[in-house]
Amino acid sequence: MQINRRRVKLTRDRVFSSRELSLLAILILIVAGIQLRNSTFLSSRSINDMLKNYSTTITLALGMMSVLLIGGIDISVSATLAFSGMSASLLMRDGVYSSTLVMFLVSTAIGTLCGLLVGLVISRGKVLPIIATLGFANIFRGATYIISDSRWVSAYQFDSAFKRFAQTRTLTFGLMNNLVFIALVCYLVFFVVMRWTRFGRRIYAVGSNPEAASISGININRVKLAVYTMAGSFAGLIGAMYTSLYASAQSDMGMGMEMDAIASCVLGGVSLSGGQGGVPGVLLGAMTMTVISKALPLIGISQFWQKAIKGIIILIAIIINVLAQRAIHRNAMRARERQI
Amino acid sequence: MRKLTALILALMMVAGLAAVAQAADLSGQTYAIITKSAGNPYNEREASGFEEVIKAAGANVIVKHPAQITAEAQITLINELVAQKVTGIAVAGNDFDALETALKAAMAAGIKVVSLDSAVNPASRLTHINQAGVVEVAQALVDAAYDLMGGEGEWAILSATATASNQNAWIAAMQELLKDEKYAKLNLVEIAYGDDIYQTSVDETQALLQNYPNLKLINAPTTVGIAAASKVITDNELQGKVIVTGLGLPSEMAEFMGQGSVACPYMFLWNPIDVGRTAAYALLEMVNGELTGALGESFTAANGVTYIVTEAGDKGTEIIIGPPFEFNADNIEDWKTVY
Repeated sequence: MQINRRRVKLTRDRVFSSRELSLLAILILIVAGIQLRNSTFLSSRSINDMLKNYSTTITLALGMMSVLLIGGIDISVSATLAFSGMSASLLMRDGVYSSTLVMFLVSTAIGTLCGLLVGLVISRGKVLPIIATLGFANIFRGATYIISDSRWVSAYQFDSAFKRFAQTRTLTFGLMNNLVFIALVCYLVFFVVMRWTRFGRRIYAVGSNPEAASISGININRVKLAVYTMAGSFAGLIGAMYTSLYASAQSDMGMGMEMDAIASCVLGGVSLSGGQGGVPGVLLGAMTMTVISKALPLIGISQFWQKAIKGIIILIAIIINVLAQRAIHRNAMRARERQI
Repeated sequence: MRKLTALILALMMVAGLAAVAQAADLSGQTYAIITKSAGNPYNEREASGFEEVIKAAGANVIVKHPAQITAEAQITLINELVAQKVTGIAVAGNDFDALETALKAAMAAGIKVVSLDSAVNPASRLTHINQAGVVEVAQALVDAAYDLMGGEGEWAILSATATASNQNAWIAAMQELLKDEKYAKLNLVEIAYGDDIYQTSVDETQALLQNYPNLKLINAPTTVGIAAASKVITDNELQGKVIVTGLGLPSEMAEFMGQGSVACPYMFLWNPIDVGRTAAYALLEMVNGELTGALGESFTAANGVTYIVTEAGDKGTEIIIGPPFEFNADNIEDWKTVY
């Protein structure tokens, strides 16, 4: 019996850390509070709309997580998103291709190249990540304005199958929205990679102690390059998701999204100094951000207060989360001392 | 013969010099336009009209787009232009009052300042270029709501940012018109702000649909808002149940208009290229000394149109271009490629 319970606890610990459990509790509290104020919040249409609209931000958090894990930061992702989404849209507008799959591949490829460029400057050029990505954020955003001539690619200029893609459930044969499915697949793949592959372990190693990682034979520069390239690929993928979702490519699209991605990671327990955090936490963090953004217009708070309230909720959630984690740690320590 | 040739050559040179002198008249002058933000197709068209007229007059032109849709970003640009000693500035204000100090400094330095599209306060400008009279726009929008809703029911407004002065002026004028007995059964349930960001506008539209199940119409007097609202209505297959109207660019709205069951039966706008052109004509006229922006003045521009300076709702003066134009199923196909 005793052993059995321990095994259950062990499996649970393997999926969720204590910090993630406390965040889950906070998320449930927020959802319950909103549901009390507006009973339509937990309707299937509302949940579907919410997941669909924010599948982009939720997925973007993954790329950000890998960068934060090695102790870096990437604030160029939303500009990469705009640049790759816009380039791929312009090509579709001009009739170079009309296939949805090709559009997604092209956008992801362009994003990957952008990420590779950022990674090269940071790993080979030894430029501080925040400076390098700040520069690239401006470069990619500016390039987006230039290639699009500051105009939108309008809904009527897209292929109709591409526009339908974001609104239908074809990939899962009716189970869930296509974009939500893409986000889910990304999370599952990332979960496996981070936990059970050598590449995942290297990322954690570089983030928690770069010198030790270097001495033990890990090529730090290569890991850095890979991680920034990956963040770029995600941004490129999301560029296609975003344009399909809104059937419109705007040169200012996704502005400020990188901050939501960083907030999702931090809420989910990813340490800004690297080495700490996991995929389930980021998912919970991203869900919390999504619920807050989606729910504020629903509960009848004045528009002028919404942004301030969003910030306050994020801060409170992080503080509660940190305090809860500390308390759990202390209890665990005491329990261990008693065992000795 | 040789003398004749010399004479002809000399005459040609004089004529050439005169032509150069005429064209070069304005070549030392630089005119600038500051839009509300980068990447907005509507602003882009305004700037293109401005650019066209200034270039045709032979002067230099600078187009400035602030990186963010804020007054702070515009103040930085104004200060830069003052330092560059430009001749005239046309600005679409992101805030009614916040640009006052910067624009007053510009005028004190001898720079001619007009606002276009979204006004700055009367102390910060010589005159305002208004695409269409505030009351005319509000009347068209309220009448559209009345017509499309069959005279009664719940409706909402989806605006841009809460500080956009043109949006606020239209909304205030609409509220004033709604006091009329005729519109007594039109119930305006909410004014939502989508910040002219697509994602936010989509969220706000979905919230409106969820909070007001009986909503019959969404009126969005902004390009981003009306496109986002129409997209949500179309995705949820609510065409005909919740009607979208307002002000929008034909190219962005073509998808949601036309024959059959569409989200938006008709909407309004004016030609943003003309707004930019008129701002340019007014500035050129001011630098000539023909125009000061005082009430009652008038001038005939190079395009042959006579513009009159009239009193604006904010106690300043303005030049009104014309009534709003209706886009509907019959003409949208022709206009979508224009702007």
